[in-house]
Amino acid sequence: MAAQVKLVQSASTRILGSRAWLLPGLFLCLLLLGVLLLWSITLGAADITPQVVYTALFHYDATQFDQLIIQTVRLPRVLAGVIVGAALAVAGAIMQGLTRNPLADSGLLGINAGAAFAVVLAITLLDTPSLSLYTVAALIGAGVAAVFVYGIGALGGGATPLRLTLAGVIFTAFISSITTAILIQNQETLEQIRFWTAGSLAGRDFAIIAQTVPLIAVGLGAALLISRQITTISLGEDVAAGLGQNTLIVKLVAALAVVLLAGGAVALAGPIGFVGLVIPQVARFLVGADYRWIIPYSALIGGMLVTLADVAARVILRPLELPVGVMMALVGAPFFIYLARWKVRR
Amino acid sequence: MLQAENLSLAYAGGTNVVHELNLTIHPGTITALVGPNGCGKSTLLRGLSRLLKPTSGTVYLDGANIHTMKAKELARQLGILPQAPTAPEGLTVHELVEQGRYPHQSWFNQWNADDERIVAQALDQTNLSLFADRAVDTLSGGQRQRAWIALALAQQTEVLLLDEPTTYLDLAHQIDVLDLLAELNERGRTIVMVLHDLNQAARYADTIVALRGGQIVAHGSPDQVIVPENILQVFGLEAEVVRDPVTGTPLCIPIGRRSGRNRRVSAASPGNDVQAALSA
Repeated sequence: MAAQVKLVQSASTRILGSRAWLLPGLFLCLLLLGVLLLWSITLGAADITPQVVYTALFHYDATQFDQLIIQTVRLPRVLAGVIVGAALAVAGAIMQGLTRNPLADSGLLGINAGAAFAVVLAITLLDTPSLSLYTVAALIGAGVAAVFVYGIGALGGGATPLRLTLAGVIFTAFISSITTAILIQNQETLEQIRFWTAGSLAGRDFAIIAQTVPLIAVGLGAALLISRQITTISLGEDVAAGLGQNTLIVKLVAALAVVLLAGGAVALAGPIGFVGLVIPQVARFLVGADYRWIIPYSALIGGMLVTLADVAARVILRPLELPVGVMMALVGAPFFIYLARWKVRR
Repeated sequence: MLQAENLSLAYAGGTNVVHELNLTIHPGTITALVGPNGCGKSTLLRGLSRLLKPTSGTVYLDGANIHTMKAKELARQLGILPQAPTAPEGLTVHELVEQGRYPHQSWFNQWNADDERIVAQALDQTNLSLFADRAVDTLSGGQRQRAWIALALAQQTEVLLLDEPTTYLDLAHQIDVLDLLAELNERGRTIVMVLHDLNQAARYADTIVALRGGQIVAHGSPDQVIVPENILQVFGLEAEVVRDPVTGTPLCIPIGRRSGRNRRVSAASPGNDVQAALSA
């Protein structure tokens, strides 16, 4: 009997086996993220010591050049990275739980591409694009893309993981080629946002962060609020309805959160793929299948991953710089193959 | 008491699968819904549980219209286990069974000691206490089905509806699950289940409802329903009905095309033995 108990316990599937570890683990992630941020601020064309970073953050003196760089260039950049990473990771987690699809990700399902298209369209059509216009366009684009892809995926039968992914890939290919076509016609716009369309954190400032943070904050809040409901609906819609869940409301709130998170992230940093695909899987590996934990862990680990990817994007080809979206693709594409090969229920 | 009154059910945009059906399910009984593929038995189960909105007619639970009840209120009185449910990867048995407390919780009434006790009890009743921290997707088929039944137990409903609870299980696990349901019934739960196997239905159910084309063809005790005429009418299959040597319930032996009368008689000594033993 005792041997059997031991065997059973050792077969627990998550890393943070006991529930007692979950909350301390979350704080550990927060701490790690903080350290990573500070380290990331010190890196760049000019290396800056951690002491200067500290002074710039807490005793800012605008006459010091290093401190000026930190406040106007590096700090907004790393903050944007964390925000975008958290937003995309949580959007991916919600979508994976809701659709019971390990391949769900705002990038793969065309939501990022839809938002990017709307931004490019708005910049091209309207002469004086304002920051808030960027954001509104991104949200509308994300929403329309979500409805459209789900619609195609659900045509003639249910939206199975494979159908939904195919619909997303087709939509992404289609809408991205139109985006490119518009940009080629308009050289000036192309120069302006060439980097952005590949997903980049370069040149982000506090003004654009201030535009998108409220949206992403509402999205994150909504995600945490319905995290328990997402665990229930991840058992299947029939089971959730049988347990007395109003699945329509849960799905609507979740969809709204995804649009806010993905749309906000695209407005801030362009269409960065794979964050929403990779991170929720990592979080699930750490904490199991409960979305009350998957969602906050995804937010923090997503922030870390994008920060790391941006550091790599800045450092690998120094002094040249890669868009962070390209770095994410390097990590994400092999991971996608792994998931598609081993984890998808057909 | 669960009652369907003139119940018609259809899937979105389709024609009616169940037509004007009347059915009363008495408390404390086990009812088996049987019939050929596409006869509407699973659809009826979905209709009885509100997963499917009727095109006309009503379902009453203890006199109350289930379609106007609050979702959680209904879920505290009636549980439904869909066919072959799948748990997300990595979800532990305990976490799955916890979900059974969903209809009992709200913003003001979060997880408490009572919930924990009820989950432990459900795990105990289904013999899964040792597996509480195992991921559901690493269990055997039979254990997995018991875990889902434990979820329904933690829901603490009087009525439990199950859609083919024995699908994909080997014979030993089928009997294990059906025995478990019979035990739960002895403790007072009303059980309605869709079953494919007529002999298991005859063994475990108090009442059998045979459907064809979305309508009830026969309804009554196993002895009343499992007779050659009904089997011919419901399944279009000739069959003989003998006594189950273990339980004495009706046992349906299909005749089929490949076992014509001549061949059957010449090779039928085992069957004759059973007949002889029963009549002796």
